[in-house]
Amino acid sequence: MHGLVNKAIQAFVIGAHGPDAWDAVATQAGVTPDGIEAFAQYDDALTERLLSAAMAHLNTSRDAILEDTGAFLVSGPSSEALRRLLRFGGQDFRDFLFSLDDLRDRARLAVDDLDLPVLHLHSAGPNSFVLDCGWTIPGCAALVVGVLRAMADDYGVLAMMDFSDTRPDAIEITLFDDAHSAGREFELAVVR
Amino acid sequence: MSGTIELNGGALAALMPMHMILDGDGVVRATGPTLSKIFADEDMVGRAPHDLFDVRHPADGLEKLLAGYVPRQKVRFYPRNGARCALKGEAIALGGGQGVFINLSLGISIVDAVRQFGLTQRDFASTDLAVELLYLVEAKNAVMGEAMRLNSRLSAARSKAQEQALTDMLTGLRNRRGLNLALEALIAKRAVFSVLHIDLDFFKTVNDTLGHAAGDEVLRRVGEILTDETRGHDIAARAGGDEFVVVLEGESDPKVLKILSDRIIARLEEPIPFDGTLCKISGSIGATTSRSYRYPAIDQLLHDADVALYAAKDAGKGCFRMAEIGHEDDTRQTA
Repeated sequence: MHGLVNKAIQAFVIGAHGPDAWDAVATQAGVTPDGIEAFAQYDDALTERLLSAAMAHLNTSRDAILEDTGAFLVSGPSSEALRRLLRFGGQDFRDFLFSLDDLRDRARLAVDDLDLPVLHLHSAGPNSFVLDCGWTIPGCAALVVGVLRAMADDYGVLAMMDFSDTRPDAIEITLFDDAHSAGREFELAVVR
Repeated sequence: MSGTIELNGGALAALMPMHMILDGDGVVRATGPTLSKIFADEDMVGRAPHDLFDVRHPADGLEKLLAGYVPRQKVRFYPRNGARCALKGEAIALGGGQGVFINLSLGISIVDAVRQFGLTQRDFASTDLAVELLYLVEAKNAVMGEAMRLNSRLSAARSKAQEQALTDMLTGLRNRRGLNLALEALIAKRAVFSVLHIDLDFFKTVNDTLGHAAGDEVLRRVGEILTDETRGHDIAARAGGDEFVVVLEGESDPKVLKILSDRIIARLEEPIPFDGTLCKISGSIGATTSRSYRYPAIDQLLHDADVALYAAKDAGKGCFRMAEIGHEDDTRQTA
């Protein structure tokens, strides 16, 4: 797993639960004292150890950690860069949903060894979609649900995301209101 | 596949939001919405392109297109309204004196232009890769930022490692820090030992005439000689530049020190081959022993060996001198 993904878990644990929680999780997972390097490849087993350690330490489920990590990635205080990169995907939330098929390739344009989940969006009705998720480790759908919930908020739409009962690693998305709230500002140019 | 199609203004605005249509007289008849945005509120209709733009290309203006002599031309326009952007595009003669159709693009000016004019995704045709380009610029900056942080972390770690290193990279001998640690340990266990301070003679000449690579080769060779001429538990260190220090544990007899020093000097005087030529150096050695002090201290030992070294240099280089530690020095040490 790419260091950026492990680093996202680190950012979430530190951001939401504090540096002490991260120290405990990192120690239990056997992360070296130098911490996680953003531009390095790690064995998937390390990611699994991080998730197990976080589950034990935060007393919560694997899906909950992945979902919170996904949401934190987009809405956390230091995630403006990533939020903006995602917003380039579409001018509205529907556009954004359709851009998810390109997410992995978009990420690879920036970091060519970054293996993000493979996503496929299918329309299931005028306001409903199914998103298939695939990744090298299980639990991808939970991570993506976290990202989608935060992005729906960012675009100001009212939408429901749920794990599919009929397809494994799939998310059912229902859009209720395209302009539910103002959403967050997004200018193409970075505000300096 | 032939003939003409008709597009109304709305369709043209969506497909080519930076287009501009000139009528048969060569004045602007219509402009796309994004081009209008670049000209803020200025009314463009009815004006000549030269009035709105510095037309860099074609150099002879749009006359040939208007006259129908050429069917199409690449164009490059710089807005005269102070906007910092270079517009490039294609101009097509409409034929029959109907004017010229020009489609423009922001090209590489896009990054600046979105900021200047507050452009949004809706200002670009959906086939335009402008937004993807902007995405890439931001992704690149984010990655570069992370890479820079990695870089500074690595270089900090590297200098810390160098600081903590005990070995001189070039010669493989101990460095100054390694030397001090070894001397501290000897003093702490009250060992008897001697310090030889070696300074190379004519090293500067080698460096100046044959270059630094030759100088480095000489220093490496000196490292080998000192390793050869000392026993396993002795310490050989490069104290800096062309200065070396040898510490001999359990040895304090000036006669033995002289024999060893003379042997080292003889070895140093063997010409060192480098790149088809021979480097000739020598060395001067000053020495002191721990027995000369009631309470030996590193600085004092090195200082006294250094004074002896300069006595050896004054005596004509390539020789050995023992430090002369008087009674006064001894009492000063114990004071």
